[in-house]
Amino acid sequence: MALKIVKGSIDRMFDKNLQDLVRGIRNHKEDEAKYISQCIDEIKQELKQDNIAVKANAVIKLAYLQMLGYDISWAAFNIIEVMSSSKFTFKRIGYLTASQCFYEGTDVIMLTTNQIRKDLSSPNQYDTGVALTGLSCFVTPDLARDLANDIMTLMSHTKPYIRKKAVLIMYKVFLKYPESLRPAFPRLKEKLEDPDSGVQSAAVNVICELARRNPKNYLSLAPLFFKLMTSSTNNWVLIKIIKLFGALTPLEPRLGKKLIEPLTNLIHSTSAMSLLYECVNTVIAVLISLSTGMPNHSASIQLCVQKLRILIEDSDQNLKYLGLLAMSKILKTHPKSVQSHKDLILQCLDDKDESIRLRALDLLYGMVSKKNLMEIVKKLMIHVDKAEGTTYRDELLTKIIDICSQSNYQYITNFEWYISILVELTRLEGTRHGHLIAAQMLDVAIRVKAIRAFAVSQMAMLLDNGHLLAGNMQRNGICEVLYAAAWICGEFSEYLQEPNQTLEAMLKSKVTTLPGHIQAVYVQNAAKLYASVLQQNEQAGNKEAAQEITQMLIDKLPQFVQNADLEVQERASCILQLIKYIQKLQAKDVPVAEEVMALFSGELNPVAPKAQKKVPLPDGLDLDAWINDAPSESSSDDESPKKMIFHEEEQRNVRHRQPELDEDELARRREVRKKEQANNPFYIKSSPSSQKNYQDASGVDHIPVVQIDLTVPLRVPGMPLSDQYLKLEEERRQQQKQDRLKKKKKQKKDKGKRRHDSLHTESDEDITPIHHVDIITEEMPENALPSDDDDKDPNDPYKALDIDLDKPLTDNEKLPVRTHRVTEKAPEVEAASIEDKSKKPKKAKKEKDKKKEKEKKKSKDKISKKQKSAENAEHVHAAPEEETVTPTSKAEESEKPTGEASDLDFWLSPAPVQSKSQSEPHSNEVASEPEETLKENKKEEDAKSLKHKKKKHKEKSKEEKKSKKKKHHSEEEAPESVQNGSLDDEPLPPMSNYCLLAEDSYVKMMYDIQGNLQDGSQVVVSVIFQNQSNGYLKSMEFNVLDSLNTKLVRPEGSSIHDGISVPFQLPPEVSNEARFVFTVESIIMPQKLKGTLTFIVKTDDGSSHEKLDFKLHFTCTSYMITTPCYSDAFAKLLESGELKMCSIKVDGINISFQLLLAKICFHHHFSVVERINSCASMYSRSIQGHHMCLLVKMGDSSVSVDGKCSDSSLLGNLLDELKQTLTEKC
Amino acid sequence: MIKAILIFNNHGKPRLSKFYERYSEDTQQQIIRETFHLVSKRDENVCNFLEGGMLIGGADNKLIYRHYATLYFVFCVDSSESELGILDLIQVFVETLDKCFENVCELDLIFHVDKVHNILAEMVMGGMVLETNMNEIVTQIDAQNKMEKSEAGLAGAPARAVSAVKNMNLPEMPRNINIGDISIKVPNLPSFK
Repeated sequence: MALKIVKGSIDRMFDKNLQDLVRGIRNHKEDEAKYISQCIDEIKQELKQDNIAVKANAVIKLAYLQMLGYDISWAAFNIIEVMSSSKFTFKRIGYLTASQCFYEGTDVIMLTTNQIRKDLSSPNQYDTGVALTGLSCFVTPDLARDLANDIMTLMSHTKPYIRKKAVLIMYKVFLKYPESLRPAFPRLKEKLEDPDSGVQSAAVNVICELARRNPKNYLSLAPLFFKLMTSSTNNWVLIKIIKLFGALTPLEPRLGKKLIEPLTNLIHSTSAMSLLYECVNTVIAVLISLSTGMPNHSASIQLCVQKLRILIEDSDQNLKYLGLLAMSKILKTHPKSVQSHKDLILQCLDDKDESIRLRALDLLYGMVSKKNLMEIVKKLMIHVDKAEGTTYRDELLTKIIDICSQSNYQYITNFEWYISILVELTRLEGTRHGHLIAAQMLDVAIRVKAIRAFAVSQMAMLLDNGHLLAGNMQRNGICEVLYAAAWICGEFSEYLQEPNQTLEAMLKSKVTTLPGHIQAVYVQNAAKLYASVLQQNEQAGNKEAAQEITQMLIDKLPQFVQNADLEVQERASCILQLIKYIQKLQAKDVPVAEEVMALFSGELNPVAPKAQKKVPLPDGLDLDAWINDAPSESSSDDESPKKMIFHEEEQRNVRHRQPELDEDELARRREVRKKEQANNPFYIKSSPSSQKNYQDASGVDHIPVVQIDLTVPLRVPGMPLSDQYLKLEEERRQQQKQDRLKKKKKQKKDKGKRRHDSLHTESDEDITPIHHVDIITEEMPENALPSDDDDKDPNDPYKALDIDLDKPLTDNEKLPVRTHRVTEKAPEVEAASIEDKSKKPKKAKKEKDKKKEKEKKKSKDKISKKQKSAENAEHVHAAPEEETVTPTSKAEESEKPTGEASDLDFWLSPAPVQSKSQSEPHSNEVASEPEETLKENKKEEDAKSLKHKKKKHKEKSKEEKKSKKKKHHSEEEAPESVQNGSLDDEPLPPMSNYCLLAEDSYVKMMYDIQGNLQDGSQVVVSVIFQNQSNGYLKSMEFNVLDSLNTKLVRPEGSSIHDGISVPFQLPPEVSNEARFVFTVESIIMPQKLKGTLTFIVKTDDGSSHEKLDFKLHFTCTSYMITTPCYSDAFAKLLESGELKMCSIKVDGINISFQLLLAKICFHHHFSVVERINSCASMYSRSIQGHHMCLLVKMGDSSVSVDGKCSDSSLLGNLLDELKQTLTEKC
Repeated sequence: MIKAILIFNNHGKPRLSKFYERYSEDTQQQIIRETFHLVSKRDENVCNFLEGGMLIGGADNKLIYRHYATLYFVFCVDSSESELGILDLIQVFVETLDKCFENVCELDLIFHVDKVHNILAEMVMGGMVLETNMNEIVTQIDAQNKMEKSEAGLAGAPARAVSAVKNMNLPEMPRNINIGDISIKVPNLPSFK
């Protein structure tokens, strides 16, 4: 034997192994692809061989090729083969490769379920470990559902190595199968206090991930985490917890207050920078959540900022980066404390590290004020010039625009300056952000009326120079700016100084090299410009000039008519014809200017981007209702007229509504704006004419800006335009200051100024904008909803995990226990068939019973948890309520507390600190103290004590419930399921088909038998094993003595005397379910099989072999499958006359008919076909296709059942069983 | 969560790739390439964090990397991970490799990518940090290797012999490309144990 193996491996050793493959690839650098395809062919050959070692070798080579980018999904099945090898070496290779290439779409993945389950329960911890690791990478919803229970069992494994892996993987399971979260959560919580720090850390990890997505559900864990935070020394755990608190504090400010102190301590004491950093981060989060009304936390802010400054000044770039990152968080709420470090941040802009520069830029965004905006932007402009590399320069450009335009241009005092900055930015070569600049130009020109004249002059200049730069611009996208320039010049042509010149510039032949959409704007706006020039000339009575300009257009426009761009072509030819017509009219001396102007009259308003979405539904308009009758299935000829009607109607509607809506809208907007302006010192009411407004602007005489405005050559050599503004602005501000001082002295009334400059020193607000700025707010439809629900992503995978974890588990919430796929159908069919009767209770009952024992344990866990957290709470506060309160139980019961939440409230509520020292033992002191506190805050104290009591009470009632459960265990009762209710008024008691198979002091077995729908010769026996001992049950083997008729299906190759090993182990008090398949030949008779369960009990003292005998009872009922049947089919069946008949009668029945039917349905797998008063017909089918029809009649305390079936002995046996059920259980 | 772990050399050749989210092979290669381009153009003395890997995830994600001699170790993580913590984790990873391969160099990673995967699997599982204690990791790895050896037993001997012979013939095997500064201690990341 050994020789053979050696021989085999000698053959193998000349196969290429992974190292050879790597070496080969390295040696074939020129024709790598060819070499690899050769190797893949070899691998395919190797995979065809039977030897698992060869296969594993091939698979590991595939894993390597996968890394190089080769798709290896074709080998998925071979990978599974290698995974299922019994040798760890190969198994590990299989799982590794699977984890690299399996995903939800891998179709063979469903074949792995059983293999993984087997590996999970393997006695070798590394088999289990390797399976868990692999599964963590490719778990699918199906795998998660099928394996959740097994993994949960592993969470209590004896080895911490397995425990920590099982805990971690639960997160993936939750993601894929959210239903598992609630049942598994108690145990997960338990693991937070695991003795092994690795397991603890894993549990913290999982809960932090969960809580990050849905923090509010985990608030109740805060006390526990608080305890961990103060006790743990593991920095990983601490960091995670502190991060978690950062996510929780926004939801619960009280928590923040509690955290500040320990966090500050940590900041002072820790030497680990990572921990320090996270502490600072969380303190910031706390401060943000407390930002209102907590003035005494300035010390904490100072501490944070100070620590961050140390980080930023550190030579380690990483710390510098993180310091800036955290700084930006403080900035949002406490900009003042950051602004004092402006020097440091500006310094970072010069850093050689781009990441740091970008961070610093982010910070600048929040640091600008009216005062320093110009200065900061100047600095940035210098950087723009210096910056090599377009990405960073583009980033700078966008930042400049962001900084300036933020919160509706809040910080811009001088829009002329801003426009010139924008114009300067157009000189950048190679930027991608031409459209951004263009958008800003348009936005400012439209919304700031006062600036239009200046903007127009600048744009006209751009247009003049545009053709010079057009060649360059075309390549780099900055030409988008010309789009804005042309539009602004056209739209606000009344401000143009020399419209003729601009018009000529717009019609130059160079323009035709611009992109189509820009040319289109050129053409259109040339027409606008023409209209205004025409008007000017006509008003001036200058006919010749008017005709000249018309002629010019007629000469120039044809070049656009031949344009390749359709839009340009269309507009140009349209306008050309129009102008030709105008020329004719002009020749006849008809004044046309008014009419031409009318073409472009009206003002454009900026509309908010979301406005369309927010148009409210008008009253009485039902969008879902048909406007006309719903189209019948008519021919297509019918449809077209209908469509027409639809169109017309819609148009009419619009026409009707438009004017009134507009008026309302305007009135409303005016109102809003007035209010806004009244409240905002920045706004000064504008007079109706914007043009005048600009000229009448207050203090315009003092402002030298006006001089350079249009006449002064715009480029002073050596000094960019915007810098001039900077200078001028400074002068202006000084002047203003002086003015103000003067005014103060003389109390002179200034018409232009309506602001009260009273006592304050120069602050941000004092800087008056240079123009009377009227920023038009964006239009929104009337009654627009303020809500911003548009940002939520409905496909968020984490949304499913938004589950309330504090609610006690209900009975239908459990992890699915192992099931055969085939049998899953049965309950579905069942459920469908009895939909009209009692669907819910039935299902719930079934599941409930399966998991009952487990449930019990969980509730126990919960109670102990509660006690713990209660203790914990007491520990923190040592509040004296316990002795002082006497129960007034009725009041408590009426008000149902949500247990843990009240715990949390209790924990968080600020308890008198001194009571800590005067704790419990001194009862007399305690007794006196409440009186004092009662006087002070009676209510609060009351509430607290009440809660405390409630909690106790709840515990008690739980205890009761638990004992009750134990008592009624054999009757299969669980009170909760009653509330699930049925469609009928009468509630049905819970029922279960699981009956006791055998029981001893170690283990208890319950079983249920169900037919297999797919295979007429098989039934599935589900057995619940419950460990009743303190030991660990393992190596369970289930065996039965086959009869001729009924045989246990054993794995291939085993003899009929071998047992089947139960695929799991049972820790103390845990139960699990296993299923066994039996084949049956004849189903017409009930049958009993003898069997044995052998197992090993492992306790602290050692282990012992045990054995338990049982008898499996296969009733005829167990061969029946609930099948729905319609009444007409049922009638046909009865009429066919092929069925044999038999009847029974049972006396002494005093249950309701409803319950009776439910019982028959549930216990005997029937479905109700029809029910009339106290008479019902029922149907079921055996796995071998026998039809079974019943007619059930209820008389006074007696029931008669007539049955018809194609096999009389089956019918007889079944009726006997039915009779037994009815008599024994009623 | 850790989204991906990549190791590649100074020329962008992948030495290990582990994705904890599903990407097609092509996308994976693209991510590796792009990450390499981002990382490789950075100076030695700049910070180890990078924002804006276009392909993996959104703005929430960061690249955290370290450069050792010829190799880049890159972790792509989201905001639930501590930046400095991950830097330290990379250090632990490299130190563990150093211990398991006895003075690790790029060639070890090239020829034993499976072993590197196995070591990584003891540290990070499904994108979450499993173990950060180097001794614990090494213990588990050793135990598994022992098991592997005992399984190979008699049958494994000839194969080992042959591969030893194969390696002997190879001039390129000298282990001179040591990652010299593999055991740098970052002064600012103490007390992670």
